[in-house]
Amino acid sequence: MTTLALPTRRDEGFRYSDVDALAGVWPVTREDITVAAGTSGSLEVVAIDGGTVARHLLITLDAGATFDLRVLNAGPSFGRIEVDVILGEGADFTLGAAQLATGAETVEIVTEVMHAAPDATSKQIIRTVLAGHSTGTYLGRIAVARGADGTDAEQSVRAMLLDRTATANARPELEIYADDVKAAHGCAVGELDAQGLFYLMSRGLTPPQAKRLMLQAFIAEAFAGAPGEEALSEAALSRLEAIL
Amino acid sequence: MLQIDNLQATVADKPILKGLSLTINPGEIHAIMGPNGAGKSTLGYTLGGRPGYDVTGGSVSFDGRDLLELEPHERAAAGLFLGFQYPVEIPGVSFVQFLREAANAQRKGRGQEPLSGGEFLKLAREKAGLLRMDMDMLKRPVNVGFSGGEKKRAEMVQMGILDPKLAILDETDSGLDIDALRICGEGINAIMRKPDKAVLLITHYQRLLDYVKPDFVHVLAGGRIIRTGGPELALQLENEGYEAVVA
Repeated sequence: MTTLALPTRRDEGFRYSDVDALAGVWPVTREDITVAAGTSGSLEVVAIDGGTVARHLLITLDAGATFDLRVLNAGPSFGRIEVDVILGEGADFTLGAAQLATGAETVEIVTEVMHAAPDATSKQIIRTVLAGHSTGTYLGRIAVARGADGTDAEQSVRAMLLDRTATANARPELEIYADDVKAAHGCAVGELDAQGLFYLMSRGLTPPQAKRLMLQAFIAEAFAGAPGEEALSEAALSRLEAIL
Repeated sequence: MLQIDNLQATVADKPILKGLSLTINPGEIHAIMGPNGAGKSTLGYTLGGRPGYDVTGGSVSFDGRDLLELEPHERAAAGLFLGFQYPVEIPGVSFVQFLREAANAQRKGRGQEPLSGGEFLKLAREKAGLLRMDMDMLKRPVNVGFSGGEKKRAEMVQMGILDPKLAILDETDSGLDIDALRICGEGINAIMRKPDKAVLLITHYQRLLDYVKPDFVHVLAGGRIIRTGGPELALQLENEGYEAVVA
């Protein structure tokens, strides 16, 4: 399914998008992935080159299926990764994403995770590091359908601003129509701890080294336990070094 | 080695150091004592170059260089070590990784070859042993979950690894039990009591000075050194209190 009309920033899911850049790649063809009952799948979406990247995934997990999605959105002048997930009974979905941007870049991750049946679990970890005048966004909606009891949905969203001129938007959203639901979300936008930075520098680390060390662990959380953990962390780190 | 001349510094526009002068020569151990709010920690942070501690007058020369012109990491590479009263926790970063990077950053700053992984671990093991600290603790995230005493011992391990010329130790004795106090004291002696090194101990109490015998004791009050003496001055302070001595 492809929507033909170019969205505007009045459309909720595109509120912080670079719609001019989007026009150059519109329409975006949705990529549909279906994971059969009881099986598992995984995918890495790695956007580390410049230019405009816009992807739209629809992941449907049948009963008992599991999926591990990792996203590194670090390099495009406009990078948008949109993910819709539909969870069947007892299905399990993991998203670990890191976004890094500098200059006037805009990066965003937009998710909608639908717990359509009971006992499904979802876990999203989003880590964003922004320098310069960049903008980083996470819009994440979790919907729990009527009767989808035993749902366990978790969102952990953190953004770090390296410069006061950068902008982070984070909007975790819950829409729950079932009774027995566990939904945890944490959301924080902050700056590097000045005390920690001074401590590291007082031991001889240069300011970029100290920042890299502190951010390395922050970003690594997005890729912990991923099949391609090491390569993803390395790619993120090399982008991190470039934006510091 | 260190020459502080009429140093004035403010924190949040409030004058804290008001004309402090102090000269430290190689081979000497100095202790600065003083009541709360005298400016002891401010002196340490100002010499370390912490942002927010603004020098408004005076000069500090370290090994013939203008210390105040240097960034914190350059001061470290020049051979200055600041032992923190409250060592900072850095989740997700191991001591081993951090200290190896720090040691090599300093070596690079001095034009030396970096230490290999093996060389570094050997050095770290030796210094940890000196402070009776298990190497496994150094594989843990920096200071995370460490007790007060462990943090202070870890500071001394860092000092041993980084091998500074001058160590400014801000209340290294606070939060230590009797055994840890002795271990830290012995560590300071083993690492720093050398003809080409010097120590500035900032402390409230005389007890650390039982282990690390100072050559000079200074009383800091109201942002200036108001009295200087030998080790007997620390004992006098302990017996009579600051009020009597400062008056």
